[in-house]
Amino acid sequence: MEELKKKISFIVNGEQVSLEVDIRTSLLEVLRNELHLTGVKQGCGVGECGACTVLIDGEPIDSCIYLAVWADGKHITTIEGLAKNGKLSKVQEAYVDEGAIQCGFCTPGLVLTTTALVEKGEHLTDEEIKREISGHFCRCTGYQKIFAAVKKVLENK
Amino acid sequence: MFDIKKIYEPTCLQEALDIYQNNPQLKVIAGGTDVLINLRHGKYEEVELLSLQRVKGLDEIKMLDDGTIEIGALTTFTKIFRNDLINEHIPILAEAAVSMGGPQIRNIATIGGNICNGAVSADSAPALLTLNALLVLETAMGSRTVPLTEFYAGPGKVKLQPSEILTKILITKENYTNFKGKYIKFSNRKAMDIAMIGVAVLLNTTDNRVNDLRIALGVSAPTPIRCYEAEKVSIGLELTEDNLKTISEMTLLDAKPRDSWRGSKAYREHLIKVLTYRALRELRGDN
Ligand SMILES: Cc1cc2nc3c(=O)[nH]c(=O)nc-3n(C[C@H](O)[C@H](O)[C@H](O)COP(=O)(O)OP(=O)(O)OC[C@H]3O[C@@H](n4cnc5c(N)ncnc54)[C@H](O)[C@@H]3O)c2cc1C
Ligand code: FES
Ligand code: FES
Repeated sequence: MEELKKKISFIVNGEQVSLEVDIRTSLLEVLRNELHLTGVKQGCGVGECGACTVLIDGEPIDSCIYLAVWADGKHITTIEGLAKNGKLSKVQEAYVDEGAIQCGFCTPGLVLTTTALVEKGEHLTDEEIKREISGHFCRCTGYQKIFAAVKKVLENK
Repeated sequence: MFDIKKIYEPTCLQEALDIYQNNPQLKVIAGGTDVLINLRHGKYEEVELLSLQRVKGLDEIKMLDDGTIEIGALTTFTKIFRNDLINEHIPILAEAAVSMGGPQIRNIATIGGNICNGAVSADSAPALLTLNALLVLETAMGSRTVPLTEFYAGPGKVKLQPSEILTKILITKENYTNFKGKYIKFSNRKAMDIAMIGVAVLLNTTDNRVNDLRIALGVSAPTPIRCYEAEKVSIGLELTEDNLKTISEMTLLDAKPRDSWRGSKAYREHLIKVLTYRALRELRGDN
């Protein structure tokens, strides 16, 4: 069963991590079950809901349909990596200020996608903002406040 | 967990072709947005994967000396819709690219995977059909170039030979110069949904008369198709209201849509006509 294991090294939230992963696992499973980064949520497991979104080399990707072995050599950011010294990031603050969070299940993914937009210094129209967050399902908020939070943080940049 | 028995991760094309030649049973995986969903649904057992994720050099878009636009098979849809060459010369493909999935899917899903998966709903297919796209298919033994129009074998089936990898998509200069294009994806939801109908129209005119018109449809027959009957009739026609209507009606000579939970046959036929007409009007310059 040697073939089912592969050693990978990657950077997770700024820290170098090396571990042996099962080739059958998704990055989502490794982040949650091996590294205990439970801010990464599993919703649908098939790329539809965006709850499992993490940043891979700065790009939002659904970690439920990303093989763990593919993460070798990559930079991964999860929601746990955003606050610094106990202080929330600007994006996180915008979500709090706008009341864009209810149950919070969709929030880690949305905050990460928003962070990627901010880091790229994007100037987006309202339509483009909607398009860029369309890969996240929220069952609670009705999206208005999420949209407002994204708009706010993109404009404050 | 996915039911994977083994995974190869070559870093260059030659290595990938050699491994595939010696192990024709392998399942190729690029972005995995079809393969991993199928695995999740238990469609394959103990699959051995040939991952193209680490293969370098197949995710570039460039213009060759003769004006041909070459798109690497591993290019993601995000890269396609943001690419300057594509937006300048074949904006219809950018339009198709941004219509597919959501951002996270577009960030990893490849155009090669979209073509090789062979889905009738593949959003890149109608646009690529109108552009007379050519596919470069390689094995360790050599390569061949096949028009996309001849690549479909049936629903979800394409004519890939054993151990063959799609490496590039080519769009030659005469197939985009002086053309304007429009892709309309019609789906139940505006985002994150599969097309109920996809219509691509590519038009070349002089003085409001058709020199060359190409219409291609997704989800309108067992495979993505061109509407050759309507295209033939359109040559030389002036873009009058009546002629646009006639051309749009004639798409139904090639289209064979069917009933599904996403939409009925009758509704699909209606959509094919109306969306073709809308695309034509927009290309004529109306709004
Ligand atoms: C949530 C979600 C939404 C989606 N929405 C859309 C949508 O709106 N429109 C749409 O068209 N599709 C959609 N898809 C389907 C899928 O994302 C696309 O078909 C995508 O382009 C597949 O590319 P991939 O690189 O992920 O392919 P993979 O899953 O890696 O491969 C797909 C198939 O092609 C083969 N293959 C891949 N690359 C090569 C190659 N270079 N040579 C030979 N064979 C190859 C594989 O063996 C496999 O059979 C969606 C999928 C998901 C999960
Ligand atoms: S859990 Fe990954 S997209 Fe839903
Ligand atoms: S806040 Fe509950 S799903 Fe978005």
